[in-house]
Amino acid sequence: MKQSQYGHLLTVLLTLVISALVSACGTGESNVTQGNREGILHYGNGAEPQGLDPHVVTGVPENHLIRALFEGLAVKNPVTLEPEPGVAERWTFNEDRSVITFYLNPNAKWSNGEQVTADDFVWSWNRALHPETGNLYAYMLYPVKNAEAYAKGDVSEFSEVGVKALDETTLEVTLNAPTPYFIQLMDHYSTFAVHPETLLKFGKMTDRFTPWTRVGNIVSNGAFVLEDWALNRHIKMIKNQEYWDKDNVSLNGVVFYPTENEVSEERMFRVEQLHRTEGVPLDKVPVYREIPESPYMQDPYLGTYYYLVNIDRPPVDDVRVRQALSMSLDREQLARTVMQEVVIPAYSITPPGTLGYQPPKLFDFDPEKARQLLAEAGYPNGEGWPGLDIIYNTNEAHRKIAVAVQQMWKKYLNVDITISNQEWKVYLNAVSQRDFQVARRGWIGDYVDPNNFLDLFITDGGNNNTGFANDYYDEMILQLAPRAPTEEERFAIFHEAETLLMQQMPIIPIYTYATRHLVHPSVEGMSANLMDSLNLKYVKLVPGRKLPEELQ
Amino acid sequence: MLRFIVSRLLQAIPVIFIVITATFFLVRAAPGGPFDDEKVVLPEVKRALEAQYKLDLPLHEQYIAYLTDLAQGDLGPSFKYPGRSVNEILFSGLPVTAELGFYALIIALIIGVLAGVSAALKPNTRQDYIPMTLAMIGICMPSFLLGPLLVLVFGIYLEWLPISGWGAIPGDKILPSITLGAAYAAYIARLSRAGMLEVLSQDYIRTARAKGLPEWKVVTKHGLRGGLIPVIAFLGPAFAGLLAGSFVVETIFQIPGLGRFYVQAAFNRDYTMILGTTVFLSTLIVLFNLLSDVTAAWLNPRLRAQFKGAA
Repeated sequence: MKQSQYGHLLTVLLTLVISALVSACGTGESNVTQGNREGILHYGNGAEPQGLDPHVVTGVPENHLIRALFEGLAVKNPVTLEPEPGVAERWTFNEDRSVITFYLNPNAKWSNGEQVTADDFVWSWNRALHPETGNLYAYMLYPVKNAEAYAKGDVSEFSEVGVKALDETTLEVTLNAPTPYFIQLMDHYSTFAVHPETLLKFGKMTDRFTPWTRVGNIVSNGAFVLEDWALNRHIKMIKNQEYWDKDNVSLNGVVFYPTENEVSEERMFRVEQLHRTEGVPLDKVPVYREIPESPYMQDPYLGTYYYLVNIDRPPVDDVRVRQALSMSLDREQLARTVMQEVVIPAYSITPPGTLGYQPPKLFDFDPEKARQLLAEAGYPNGEGWPGLDIIYNTNEAHRKIAVAVQQMWKKYLNVDITISNQEWKVYLNAVSQRDFQVARRGWIGDYVDPNNFLDLFITDGGNNNTGFANDYYDEMILQLAPRAPTEEERFAIFHEAETLLMQQMPIIPIYTYATRHLVHPSVEGMSANLMDSLNLKYVKLVPGRKLPEELQ
Repeated sequence: MLRFIVSRLLQAIPVIFIVITATFFLVRAAPGGPFDDEKVVLPEVKRALEAQYKLDLPLHEQYIAYLTDLAQGDLGPSFKYPGRSVNEILFSGLPVTAELGFYALIIALIIGVLAGVSAALKPNTRQDYIPMTLAMIGICMPSFLLGPLLVLVFGIYLEWLPISGWGAIPGDKILPSITLGAAYAAYIARLSRAGMLEVLSQDYIRTARAKGLPEWKVVTKHGLRGGLIPVIAFLGPAFAGLLAGSFVVETIFQIPGLGRFYVQAAFNRDYTMILGTTVFLSTLIVLFNLLSDVTAAWLNPRLRAQFKGAA
């Protein structure tokens, strides 16, 4: 009697709690099925975005969102990455290509129906460069005449900066020097126009904190407009009916989800809550590769993972030691085992195939030569080695790589290496203060051009951090390359500069990144490219397609 | 009673003030700043940012400015999420965290009271040892171990329950609520066992049994009323603890509550966000402790009489 009474009570209470927990849940239909029917894409977008103000925020998730809401003067072709018309329907260059005239599409409209004008761009570039705005990407516009001086406060009048509205739809941009990749930068959100009246309604031009990007306030000019933003849950966008090319936009809307945890993101994909994931957990990759017609997509990415070397600290102040360390890394094995073949071994800083540029390959895995170099530097078979420390920010993948590197250097050179993980900001501080011997580092290109990787290592460059300083290198990057008459000659200069860099080896390249996504079979038009640059305008949903049986 | 409450409130002020001061200076002493990033921030940009967030002022002026804003209820703008205020972020996460805390508390109460009472009914038998051993394990096991363990068993091997989210997939609230509630269930089990043991040995219980009342009626009608007083007194600090301590569970299960912002803020060196969450949560803890003291005083006739006498 007593037992059954308690049992009864327990059942009732547990039922109550479970029903409370299960309540407020959705219907049985998955996001993907519903989305395919309604033309709504469900998009795993990595971290929660900082915000949507193109001149204030930075980051990959923010990039996806801002480029869905806004459009620059030119956009990138999703396959070739070549610039194609955006707000500007065409552009012309003067003879030495230092003055560009953009002709804006008269049909380019803001989401409130007003026309996007050349003056909007002048106003927005003033905001993007203004010293008080604190735009982290202000340097994207530094190729423009006097832009850098204005951003640094050396020039106080914006009229001296090389951007002028000749009339409502004509924008003239004067550059410091010919900049072959400048048109590409027009697809970077820091160069986008914002709607001046909307911003001014909520504060000054340079304010960072106003609510102008909130639902109901924001006015944008891209293929989509903001409909709902629930912090840490989702951001919903719907098709912009004022967009000049709306007839070519297939989707009716997009829902972006913050998916910081790759493991849960992958599970969301499997239960068809997402059409596309931002990443794939490394240990799931082999499983997905086995599946026929797998939704797994892996493509080269414009980024390099490398170790920074502080060339002022012994024993790595000796170039022979740096070369020995680099040559004794079996990158192929590292890529195959630790990284599950999701990366490509790298032997230089610039990723191969950056708009046709091929970086030099000066060395290979050669433990014999490495030992010889180490002996020449005074450490035969590792004798007398003073020790070396690798720092990396706390992260499982970085740790695995550091451990593998540590083992390889021990095995092939007989030198002892310590590895230290540091919390993110502590690590950043150590790198910027150059308080390290060897530090993990990665660089993702902002635009497709070798310049974006090679100008990191100019003397005292903010991201150099190695102590590498070479006048001829600086001259090649800053003076000779921009003035090269042809692309071939420009690439030849870059090749020479990169050869010099890799001879001095202030960095030890490890691998070229690859992107990993899961894409539902119902999604079409998500072309792979080096920048992982997606233009949602071209994405289509085809109802009725299912995930492979193995995933159901 | 009123004097008691007022004096406790007055004591709370210096506690919160010390928390604010210590947090304010500690976060600024940590290496790395809010604007350090992998791609280096140009010096001119950094200067502009520091000016916008008043970080260019001397430390004591920043401190005074912060206290002045705080006195007006303004926790300042977030560093990490430009355009959002700390107040706004706090209040967007609070309902979720409160809901999670509530479910966890219900689970803790059901499991804890059932285990504790059944243990007290047959002390020093298997019915006592098994739940009490489990309770000891529950108290000792941290949520960062229990959470992934539950995920592994129920989410990955058995595939019964979702492993993350909140209100997006059916059943996704179950694992986090259990994970968060487990340790509290264990405390409640021990508290209710002790309370019940004491009550069940009282004369009035013997009288009830002598009257021939069925055992379940003796326990539910006469035993629980007195036996659960320690549990009720524990609920206040428990709920405050659940709110403040949910960040581990929120991080494991990707729940959009307060806790994740709290932890992320520390990693991001989002000074205003760290301070805002700390101030908010410490105030909550102080308030809930006060509430529970008042309830305990009110429930206990001896204490109640004492207040009456004092007043």
